[in-house]
Amino acid sequence: MSIEAMPPEDAVRGDVPVLEVEELSVTFARRGEQPTRAVDGVSFSVAAGETVGLVGESGCGKSVTSLAVMGLLPRRGVQVGGSVRLGGTELIGAPDRTLRRLRGSEMAMVFQDPLSSLNPTVSIGTQVTEVLVEHRDMGKKEAVAEAAALLDRVGIPDPTRRLKEYPHQLSGGMRQRALIAMALACSPRLLIADEPTTALDVTIQAQILELLRELVVDSGTALVMITHDLGVVAGLCDRVHVMYAGKIIETADRHDLFARPRQPYTGGLLASVPRLDAGRGVPLTPIRGSARDAIPWAEGCAFAPRCDNAQDDCLTEVAGSTVPLEYDGPGRELRCRHPLTYPAAPAGATASGAGR
Amino acid sequence: MTAAGEPLLRAEGLQVHFPIKRGVFFDRTVGHVRAVDGVDLAIDRGTTYGLVGESGCGKSTLGRAVLRLVEPTAGQVLFDGTDVASLKGEALRTMRRRMQMVFQDPLGSLDPRQDVESLLSEPLRAHGLGGGKVGIAARVRELLDAVGLPAAALRRYPHEFSGGQRQRIGIARAISLEPDLLIADEPVSALDVSVQAQVVNLLEELQQRLGLTYLVIAHDLAVVRHISDVVGVMYLGSLVEQAPSGVLYDEPLHPYTRALMSAVPVPDPVVEERRERILLAGDLPSPANPPSGCRFHTRCPWRQETRCDDEVPVLRELAPGHLVSCHWAEEIRDGVLRPKSPEEVAATQGVSVRATGAEGLETDALVQGVDEPIERR
Ligand SMILES: Nc1ncnc2c1ncn2[C@@H]1O[C@H](COP(=O)(O)OP(=O)(O)OP(=O)(O)O)[C@@H](O)[C@H]1O
Ligand SMILES: Nc1ncnc2c1ncn2[C@@H]1O[C@H](COP(=O)(O)OP(=O)(O)O)[C@@H](O)[C@H]1O
Ligand code: SF4
Ligand code: SF4
Ligand SMILES: [Mg+2]
Ligand SMILES: [Mg+2]
Repeated sequence: MSIEAMPPEDAVRGDVPVLEVEELSVTFARRGEQPTRAVDGVSFSVAAGETVGLVGESGCGKSVTSLAVMGLLPRRGVQVGGSVRLGGTELIGAPDRTLRRLRGSEMAMVFQDPLSSLNPTVSIGTQVTEVLVEHRDMGKKEAVAEAAALLDRVGIPDPTRRLKEYPHQLSGGMRQRALIAMALACSPRLLIADEPTTALDVTIQAQILELLRELVVDSGTALVMITHDLGVVAGLCDRVHVMYAGKIIETADRHDLFARPRQPYTGGLLASVPRLDAGRGVPLTPIRGSARDAIPWAEGCAFAPRCDNAQDDCLTEVAGSTVPLEYDGPGRELRCRHPLTYPAAPAGATASGAGR
Repeated sequence: MTAAGEPLLRAEGLQVHFPIKRGVFFDRTVGHVRAVDGVDLAIDRGTTYGLVGESGCGKSTLGRAVLRLVEPTAGQVLFDGTDVASLKGEALRTMRRRMQMVFQDPLGSLDPRQDVESLLSEPLRAHGLGGGKVGIAARVRELLDAVGLPAAALRRYPHEFSGGQRQRIGIARAISLEPDLLIADEPVSALDVSVQAQVVNLLEELQQRLGLTYLVIAHDLAVVRHISDVVGVMYLGSLVEQAPSGVLYDEPLHPYTRALMSAVPVPDPVVEERRERILLAGDLPSPANPPSGCRFHTRCPWRQETRCDDEVPVLRELAPGHLVSCHWAEEIRDGVLRPKSPEEVAATQGVSVRATGAEGLETDALVQGVDEPIERR
């Protein structure tokens, strides 16, 4: 790996996380409609070389969180509150010009649908070299060589020829690689990947996940991985935040999370997924209802209507306060009044999936 | 006539080739997409056959060909011992009633202007079943109950339901005519995990209660393994392996199956850390121009010079019920042959690891999977 792949300021900044998100909230207010709070007091941080996962079902606020971090939400009709700091620099309220500069150089994002994030009328080569010319002050020729090197690095065969091709000439997997190559063009300190493999076949997904894994190890990029796939989280993320209805409801190291989920929602998700290594007929235990049944957090735990552990004090009216996110042992945080409990593990017991 | 031992459904040498049209008026056929290219399979009564494979490998087309929603180019479909192609008129209608389909996108397959009551009673009326107004109303309630929807759902329209509830409506509609065979094409892939499990459980419960036979088509191996008795793995229009679900998982013999299974993430960090991963080189080749010999040879880590490139492997029975189409299955199983890394495979295959539809852009729209449900009468 080249030296430029390392963020030069790292030595100076020491332990400051690359990304710090604090009490982030996003409210959509359309005229004539009730405002909706899509993200509600979300806090997390990501250090260099760390992979942090945001998981949850459709509509829980994962994508809105990432768009808010990148400053990509429209200004009109959207209120963003809280704080997002990239290497200590506040991004909320920063001028568009600053955000645009940072997006090219310090932070980058990879989306689920690579076709819609690439310009269909411009060749892959031009799209990658543009980034290099603009953000790394390269000359045209130098940029072309570097672009080919980048495509090669993300595993695109015959890169020089691929540079001349247009997005629709590439397969889904190749497009996603091209997008990752563009995201890497400036060795960003932060990469946000929003369901980067959801649209891909599993064998291609495996290739892309391997690429992201290497990237984090080799260049110390801080990676935020957004996914609904618990299997992807299990294989890739160091720390995991589970979201429900706009809030983080549980945070843990991936081993702890999968071995001993505490939030009934997390436990329910794990019991719902069929596992390739479980036998035929091992029953699945679904969560009842759907994400549509959530109640507003102000009224109580949003998961209460679907929760088997719910009791009266899960409602704000009874308890006098909404359920807070609290310390739950080393490295863990939990938002729940009646969490799942586990008998003290006998010595030597292996922690295997609670979803079995 | 119906022998109990006879499989309910049998496909023999089934082929579906779609013409690729070019020219201003699309009047020139320049080639064929070999969506399904010679598939044999049999599904026993009351069992579930799971069909897996990556997008574009021909799973949906196979399902459609079984229902005669697309006309097979060659081969036969025998339903309950009768050649489906020979049926006409009333007999064809009856056969159609006995095979029903559940689609991936429940919203697209349900008429948005009909409320649930009319969605569920329409097929009954069309087939003269249910026995008059009162009978139909009772049957509709029974169906709602069977799929776990409240009676209040009757007066509501599809858009008022969540994805999982819509899929329940789709299933209720499919079982309304008391079919024998249910073909479910990606029945849960559009749903959230927690809801996915509800629908999977519902399908299993209905199978037990109604003695249904299922053909479940899905790209998610974990789902298919969970619900299937027998699993067939497709690659570029052909079956490359078929085995009882447990056997396939314990001892996958075809290199593609091995790679596919090693690529499926398991929601358990302990397993994820120690499992062997077989990464494949490159992308799926285009079904319009499949590789010679073994179709998997452009990506296969075990490929052996010339034989794999030239000779088409046949589906062989290596153990009872375990069929594999690979020249070297025994040697691979016994560890005599060692896999190459994806880099090596890519290097020996050069640029021929090209992506689907990379050459000749116009075909793109044609060669993309067409997954919308088809209107049925
Ligand atoms: N532009 C918008 N205007 C109004 N509401 C929005 C807008 N964008 C998102 N939302 C709402 O915000 C909530 C969170 O959406 P978000 O896209 O973050 O979900 P997600 O967790 O990424 O889901 P998925 O897994 O489906 O991608 C949803 O209820 C969504 O309907
Ligand atoms: N109506 C059609 N016309 C032309 N090509 C088609 C048509 N339907 C499917 N195909 C092609 O046949 C192949 C198999 O498609 P399909 O059966 O939908 O795959 P799967 O369901 O496994 O994803 C694909 O290459 C697809 O583009
Ligand atoms: S706070 Fe109450 S309702 Fe919410 S998850 Fe915990 S037990 Fe269930
Ligand atoms: S026949 Fe050859 S190329 Fe095909 S799967 Fe077997 S070893 Fe691989
Ligand atoms: Mg999203
Ligand atoms: Mg399909």
